[in-house]
Amino acid sequence: MGDGIYWPTFFFLLFSALACGFALAVVFSRNVVRMAFYLVMSLASTAGLFFLAGEDFVGAMQLMIYVGGTLVLLIFGVMLTSQKQFVEMKTPAGQWIVGLVTGCALVALLWMAAFETPQWQPISRAEAEAVAVQPTATPIGVALTNGRVDQLDQPDETLRGGMSSYLLPFEIVSVHLLVVLIGAAYLARAKRRSPSAAAPG
Amino acid sequence: MAEFLANYLPAWLAYMVAGAIHVGLIINLVAVGALVFIWLERKISGRIQDRLGPTRVGGKFGWLQTLADGLKLLTKEDLVPGGADKMLFRIAPYVSFCASIAAFLAIPFAGGDYPFIVQHVNTGVFFVLAVLGLEVFGVILAGYASASKWSLFGAMREAAQVVSYEVPLGLCAVVPVMLAGSLDLVVIGDVQQGWFTNWLIFHDPATFLIFWVYFTCATASVNRAPFDLAEAESELVAGFHTEYSGLRWSFFFMAEYGSMFSVSLLASILFLGGWNGPLPITEWLGLTAANGDIAWYIGQVLGVINVIGKAVAGVCVMMWIRWTLPRLRIDQVMATCLKYCTPLAAAFFLGAVAWQWSLPGRTFFGLLESPAELQSVSEGWSDATAAATDEDEPEASEDQTVSSEPSRKVAAAKLTGAAALQIASTNLQGGK
Repeated sequence: MGDGIYWPTFFFLLFSALACGFALAVVFSRNVVRMAFYLVMSLASTAGLFFLAGEDFVGAMQLMIYVGGTLVLLIFGVMLTSQKQFVEMKTPAGQWIVGLVTGCALVALLWMAAFETPQWQPISRAEAEAVAVQPTATPIGVALTNGRVDQLDQPDETLRGGMSSYLLPFEIVSVHLLVVLIGAAYLARAKRRSPSAAAPG
Repeated sequence: MAEFLANYLPAWLAYMVAGAIHVGLIINLVAVGALVFIWLERKISGRIQDRLGPTRVGGKFGWLQTLADGLKLLTKEDLVPGGADKMLFRIAPYVSFCASIAAFLAIPFAGGDYPFIVQHVNTGVFFVLAVLGLEVFGVILAGYASASKWSLFGAMREAAQVVSYEVPLGLCAVVPVMLAGSLDLVVIGDVQQGWFTNWLIFHDPATFLIFWVYFTCATASVNRAPFDLAEAESELVAGFHTEYSGLRWSFFFMAEYGSMFSVSLLASILFLGGWNGPLPITEWLGLTAANGDIAWYIGQVLGVINVIGKAVAGVCVMMWIRWTLPRLRIDQVMATCLKYCTPLAAAFFLGAVAWQWSLPGRTFFGLLESPAELQSVSEGWSDATAAATDEDEPEASEDQTVSSEPSRKVAAAKLTGAAALQIASTNLQGGK
């Protein structure tokens, strides 16, 4: 034991290198569909990182929502709107600068958050091996319907009432999405002129 | 397995070998499965059309026909059209194939305490559905990169079709999840133990009907006739794989047959009892964990045969449908999904909920008592009803009133268990 390759570290490095590499490829690629492809690979590598951390549910969510949904729609948009065979995009210098500033600001923020949160300090390999992997969907499901199991230790009695569940936010979000769907269907519906109305074309 | 190998090998090597064996088995299952299914498709189509199908290669029944085809495909020239986006064109078949194989990572082949599964994913149903949706990406890439109008038409149709059919497919898969109280495919299979009357398809009329909706949507989402609009030989030459030849072309077909197999496996686990045969033969013969490891292992292998048999039967039904029904038009395909499958799935889902709410603890259309495994889930239902009528207090606060250290430990330990509903009900009982 001890010697040789420690696979979690190896796969973490592999997946993070893939995610970063493909993310850079998105930036430097000019062909829109290739960009979409690289973006899919980058997001899928991120899903790999989630699976590696034992967060199956979050990983599957990442695959379903980002890799599956968003990019199919993106490609739809590209295919339906492109005028030429293979769309090439040239980025003007101004956009490079704006993008660089925004990106660097975000990286700096995340960097500070990641390295200055005490709970997120790196732990030794022995400690990491001692951590039991918990199934992830169960606490999430319970938190949605009953109460937050991660907050059972909350010492303040008055705060516990607010920790009951995520049902209300979930409901609000779903109603919001329903409104968006109805709006999209309304906007996209075939516009037929009724024969009686003399509406101008 | 890695722990077992670690007795003989260094730990890092043991993990690698164990992983390689798992992956090797899965790839073999998909590849050999594709070989068998392609042969089966030829035979079935032949018989349906009053022909014999392949008869000569490999002695009887032409059972080596697919291998001969494979050799032929290997020797074909690997063509790339001049106007194509070469990198994407080359990569697209592998994307499809990878997505098709990855679904098998979370599909169990036998249940119990030590299920036969590559990676025991806590949210197996969700994972499989998420990964199956990715196969379309390879098809879209292929259609776009081919620089051919036929390919692009095929890819567009496939994208529209698969994205729409994921909605009713997910709605149908939710019903067994609700009845079993878990997203874990192993748990869903295990609650259907015993006689075939415990299979979730026979749970109530709504599940019986929703199974057929699921099967329709599954056929459509793996792009099989009568929903094979992406290929549509009569209109689009060959659709998204018009420009492909040789091995790359065969990768698309391996992916298609792999997905057919995985949605059929999913159907057999969700609705048809999974690894539990129609009769509890393994229990009669004593092939359970109580009678030693060897008996248990034989029982598990019988379970594998069971689940694969059901899945192959599902694939055969898909072939039967393919050679029986004419292809739909694209607007008919979309109407089938949005006007029929989705509302039907939603209505049957509500029907299953209402049935389970009014008749908890019954199975086989309400005629029989549920087995113990399903009882624990339905207890959660009756408890929830009781709690709703008794008091409006949220259950979490009840839990916290008894939040002494040991009970919290118990609650945390229960979280490693399978079903969220079960946990809710047991927590509730602890609170009383």
